[in-house]
Amino acid sequence: MSRAFTPKVVTANRLLEGDNVWLTEDDRWSPDMAEAELIADEAHATIRLLFAQGQRNTVVGVYLIDAKEGRNGPEPVHFREAFRTRGPSNYAHGKQVEL
Amino acid sequence: MYVYNDFDEAFVRERAAQFRAQVERRIDGSLTEDEFRPLRLMNGLYLQLHAYMLRVAIPYGTLNPSQMRQLAYIADRWDKGYGHWTTRQNIQYNWPVLKDVPDMLDALAEVGMHAIQTSGNTIRNVTADHFAGAAADEIEDPRPVAELLRQWSTDHPEFQFLPRKFKIAITGSPNDRAVTKAHDIGLRMVRSDAGEPGFEVIVGGGLGRTPMIGKVIRDFLPKADLLPYCEAIVSVYNVLGRRDNKYKARIKITVFENGLENFAELVEARYAEIRPAFTGVDLDILKAIEAQFAPPSFRDAPSAGYEAAHLANPAFRSWADTNLAAHKAEGYAIVSISIKKHGATPGDATSHQMRVMADLAEKYGHGELRLSHEQNVILPHVHKSDLPALYQALREADLATANIGLISDIIACPGMDYCALATARSIPIAQEIAVRFDELKLEHEIGPLKIKISGCINACGHHHVGHIGILGLDRAGVENYQVTLGGDGTEEAVIGEKTGPGFSAEEILPAIERIVLAYLDLRTSPEETFLETFRRLGMEPFKAVLYPEEKADAA
Repeated sequence: MSRAFTPKVVTANRLLEGDNVWLTEDDRWSPDMAEAELIADEAHATIRLLFAQGQRNTVVGVYLIDAKEGRNGPEPVHFREAFRTRGPSNYAHGKQVEL
Repeated sequence: MYVYNDFDEAFVRERAAQFRAQVERRIDGSLTEDEFRPLRLMNGLYLQLHAYMLRVAIPYGTLNPSQMRQLAYIADRWDKGYGHWTTRQNIQYNWPVLKDVPDMLDALAEVGMHAIQTSGNTIRNVTADHFAGAAADEIEDPRPVAELLRQWSTDHPEFQFLPRKFKIAITGSPNDRAVTKAHDIGLRMVRSDAGEPGFEVIVGGGLGRTPMIGKVIRDFLPKADLLPYCEAIVSVYNVLGRRDNKYKARIKITVFENGLENFAELVEARYAEIRPAFTGVDLDILKAIEAQFAPPSFRDAPSAGYEAAHLANPAFRSWADTNLAAHKAEGYAIVSISIKKHGATPGDATSHQMRVMADLAEKYGHGELRLSHEQNVILPHVHKSDLPALYQALREADLATANIGLISDIIACPGMDYCALATARSIPIAQEIAVRFDELKLEHEIGPLKIKISGCINACGHHHVGHIGILGLDRAGVENYQVTLGGDGTEEAVIGEKTGPGFSAEEILPAIERIVLAYLDLRTSPEETFLETFRRLGMEPFKAVLYPEEKADAA
């Protein structure tokens, strides 16, 4: 028996800047995870992942991550993905100050 | 110090130019990521958790002031004004953007530096004792041999696609400060019965997922045979190494699975085959390199100012007693500059600090700087009479922390604050421990104690050989820290023993505090170090304070 599908978003790094981005419903790559498309359906997730993987000259390292609906949009479930939305904890660098 | 010749110079510039063209082709889409990735890794460029990261080699940890200033310039111009010293004598820049990296490599080439073979399944940056050429206990400066190995391994056609990465460490002293037993090849200088210097050759050491202490494959190898013998080892490994399984691909597994004896036999056979091809050109090159590593002209001067300041100034005394090491030249000291200020990120130096250290090396240190695998910077040759002024200048740059070898001199890998492979954070744990023991004002009383923290099983933070090792893991989506005790990275290398279940991010600091306070109660005298107490008593008393509830359950 396969495990029940949990909601996902598509994430990657921008080729030029290397920073983290998330795929929006209107096919943009946003630096703000809250703008991402929260995908509730497994088949749709596969389609979105394939679409993202096709954007070879925009992003690299595309993958699906677990996410949940938050107040302003999708939020990370795992701590690693939470760090990716913020930046490092030792300096005010990265998304926590750039967004 | 070694100065690039025309060949080296042309080589690094050509590589930078090639990489510039590769980046252009990646950006315009003519190279795919799959094609580009191995090319960028060959040039030290990783894609990390938040950004690209450029890893620059500092071969055998040796730098001159202009190289240090260039590292500062690169940090300001293309990064965020700082660099991170690593446990393999590299510097990492955490925030470059792709298009700037070729400019960074050009800037490195200007001062005889590069990022070649700081990644990939190649022979990596050769590391050495950071006190090389200065230590009182040294037989010979190991850096000429390290430089020979660098030249030999750079772009070596046979060894560009090894089964896995390959790390060589070298020390010229019987007291091993280069962790040679935890390397793929460790070279420890010893003397033959006739007094001739050569090497004890250690093979198959490594930390990571399957930690192993290296085994001695040759008790004594004459210096003249070093290069062909190393080539024979890597060559045998290149054939036998497990390319089918990444986790079994390091030479430690090859040696373990084939047995040291069989492996050694194959090495000897290969050695016999290739030795005649080494007609002495390597030794001519070595001789020329050795001439470039001639010791500086040490001055013969009184050190009275030092003794007076030592008596008069308690802060200076504390720093001198902790951060100086014995130098082979009369009147000189080896100065370790701690890059472990309490609460700061272990191994991070700002561009300003880099410039200050470069200036001080020029003014007081015969123009030499070193980087240790323990993420500190060393001025290897300082006359004692200059120490008070040097200390004052270090204080002004926030570089005078008196904690070398103490509990707050923590090795920490970047962990999940930067690294894409990490399973938990390392830096905040190191910061908390350092701040806490500074508050307690206990660290000088505790004495020598090495804490080493890795944010994943790959063990860049050397946790297995920490007196106290901390390994950050992901346990069911929560950061969890496993503790090991009794590890030792010296010539008597030992892998630390796990204490038991891990601790949460909130629990780990109190757990470390309990271990250390227990040690203070248990030691026979202030002279008995943490490691000695652990060796005398074993794990039990420490387990008792770490897991009091289990003891209560069993009662």
